[in-house]
Amino acid sequence: MTPAPAANRIARRFAELATQKKKAFIAYICAGDPSLDATVELVVGMAAQGVDIIELGIPYSDPMADGPANQAASERALAAGATVRGVIDAVRRIRARSDVPILVYAYMNPLLAYGIERFAADAVAAGIDGVLPLDLPPEEQPELRVALAQAGLAVVCLVAPTTTPARRTYLAEQSRGFLYYVCRLGVTGERTALPDDLAAQVATLKAVAICPVCIGFGISTPEQAADAARHGDGAIVGSHLVRLIERHGRDRDLVDIVSRRAGELAAAVHAVGGA
Amino acid sequence: MSAIPVVPDAAGRFGRYGGRYVPETLIPALDQVVAAYRAAQTDPAFQAELHRLLTRYVGRPTPLTKATRLSQRLKRRIWLKREDLCHTGAHKINNALGQALLTLRLGKKRVIAETGAGQHGVATATACALLGLQCRVYMGVEDMRRQAPNVFRMKLLGTEVVGVESGTKTLKDAVNEALRDWVTNVTDTHYIIGSALGPHPYPMMVRDFQSVIGREARAQVLEAEGRLPHACVACVGGGSNAIGLFHPFLNDADVRLIGVEAGGNGSGLGQHAARFDGGSFGVFQGMSSYVLQNADGQVVGTHSVSAGLDYASIGPEHAWLRDRGRAEYRRASDAQALAGVHLLAENEGIIPALESAHAIGVLPEIVADLPDDAVVVVNVSGRGDKDVAEIARLEGVKL
Ligand SMILES: Cc1ncc(COP(=O)(O)O)c(C=O)c1O
Repeated sequence: MTPAPAANRIARRFAELATQKKKAFIAYICAGDPSLDATVELVVGMAAQGVDIIELGIPYSDPMADGPANQAASERALAAGATVRGVIDAVRRIRARSDVPILVYAYMNPLLAYGIERFAADAVAAGIDGVLPLDLPPEEQPELRVALAQAGLAVVCLVAPTTTPARRTYLAEQSRGFLYYVCRLGVTGERTALPDDLAAQVATLKAVAICPVCIGFGISTPEQAADAARHGDGAIVGSHLVRLIERHGRDRDLVDIVSRRAGELAAAVHAVGGA
Repeated sequence: MSAIPVVPDAAGRFGRYGGRYVPETLIPALDQVVAAYRAAQTDPAFQAELHRLLTRYVGRPTPLTKATRLSQRLKRRIWLKREDLCHTGAHKINNALGQALLTLRLGKKRVIAETGAGQHGVATATACALLGLQCRVYMGVEDMRRQAPNVFRMKLLGTEVVGVESGTKTLKDAVNEALRDWVTNVTDTHYIIGSALGPHPYPMMVRDFQSVIGREARAQVLEAEGRLPHACVACVGGGSNAIGLFHPFLNDADVRLIGVEAGGNGSGLGQHAARFDGGSFGVFQGMSSYVLQNADGQVVGTHSVSAGLDYASIGPEHAWLRDRGRAEYRRASDAQALAGVHLLAENEGIIPALESAHAIGVLPEIVADLPDDAVVVVNVSGRGDKDVAEIARLEGVKL
């Protein structure tokens, strides 16, 4: 598959980071929480504070891979009227102000309801760079992945601690943009410590990966993010930022608070230094 | 009609339905369940142990009872498959015991389950008590209210019941919570799904464990009537009692298979759980099937008087059978279900579960296009003890 222009935004960012000998910091927030207008400002604000890549959650009624923080964010976003179309439009508005790579974190049903080919085309046109499907293992309806990829989206695969060695190789071959290592058994949510087996687990992935390996699920402090980045090529923080948005959703300085925290996380990761 | 192909395929597909739409963490666990289940299917020791429990513990075979007065009223020969007489009061125990035995083979010590009406929760709690497994059941708090007796039964059986406050606080939210638990504790936990739904191999495995209903009923009706029935009728929540009854009749082309969905109290989205009459193709809780959803692909709340039918999607094999025209589906309203309770109670001395009452309540409509004296088998999937207080409340009676 020839990489289409949009996917290059992610690849380009990793290439830039490599020349600067830096690891990537990826921030997740749920699109539409507390509003799509706020999402636009939050993304632009976080990018300005040094966040390398943004993951935007598409809100969904039944987010089975998510813990309480992200579930509540999804509910708030849906109550505030967020839709797939709204998220795509928000990215279009972001693109007028920022070139930060953006992936959507999605459960399949809202994308299917929108129409997978229509989604792929509209997403690329708006400036979305990739998709991280939570409930679509690569062998399930491969034509869906193909439709996303052919439009130019990087489709990220996830690997879990339970994934067998043979399957790790398979997922590493399938993944585009980066390979997402879910470092915990369980749903998204903050945890107090990183798992003990992180270094060994990530080493097995680095051995087979053809794209950068980024680590997420349960990372919440700058120290943990730096620690994770030391082992892989990047660290992903979600629920921690989502909870800040929950706490400060109505505050005038929401964007400042969240962007500042995202900036601290990014700085901690960037201080680690590249391989 | 040509023979019905064997489904699902190795990928868990019933045509375009089924599959495994789950987070990556669960893939190895599902592979493990597939392997253990395949091995158990051909292991005489496993089959003998399951058979021993179904006969000596559950009380199988359950009778096929002629509904004499109801038959007179409807001018048809109505036979009741008495799953209400199973230990714990519903068909759910057939599957719960099968999967609990499988849990031992998997070498796991902890079981989780979701429940709507509480019958699957009680059945799983029972199987776990019997086999010495630790058990936790997730149940929407709205369902805990309306099925309170079953909540306490599970506790008596030594099971931990966790109320689910998220979403619509009913069955689908309990499934989400159970999936979240499974993703977290997958190394030592087996998830006993209670209906013929979810990711492969559950729709196949639950169907197989429930097919004992249809195998018995087919032999019993042949013996009693000397012929196959004109129709088999069952209520359809996720679809396990219905597929269990239907499956052994699939290649009997002259037997009509009629599933009854919860028609609730209206035809608007959110007022019912009739997935085939208001739902559309989607991916939900690990499978693709018909889903009650809005235009944005958000799964909507459902409504039914019966907690066990109050679910936004339907087992993939039913979707496949419907597309092929091999089974037909219709709806029964809340009011028809309540009428069904009275019909069976007053004519036959059997108080059915509110779920099963949907299959009874539409019988007068169903028999209208069957010949006089037609033979009809109706699955009484469970007994109504759990519903007595809720029926009184719905009918404005103070107990
Ligand atoms: C008595 C009874 N019948 C039917 C059902 C519906 O489930 P299924 O469609 O899987 O048989 C339930 C579910 O709780 C039940 O308790």
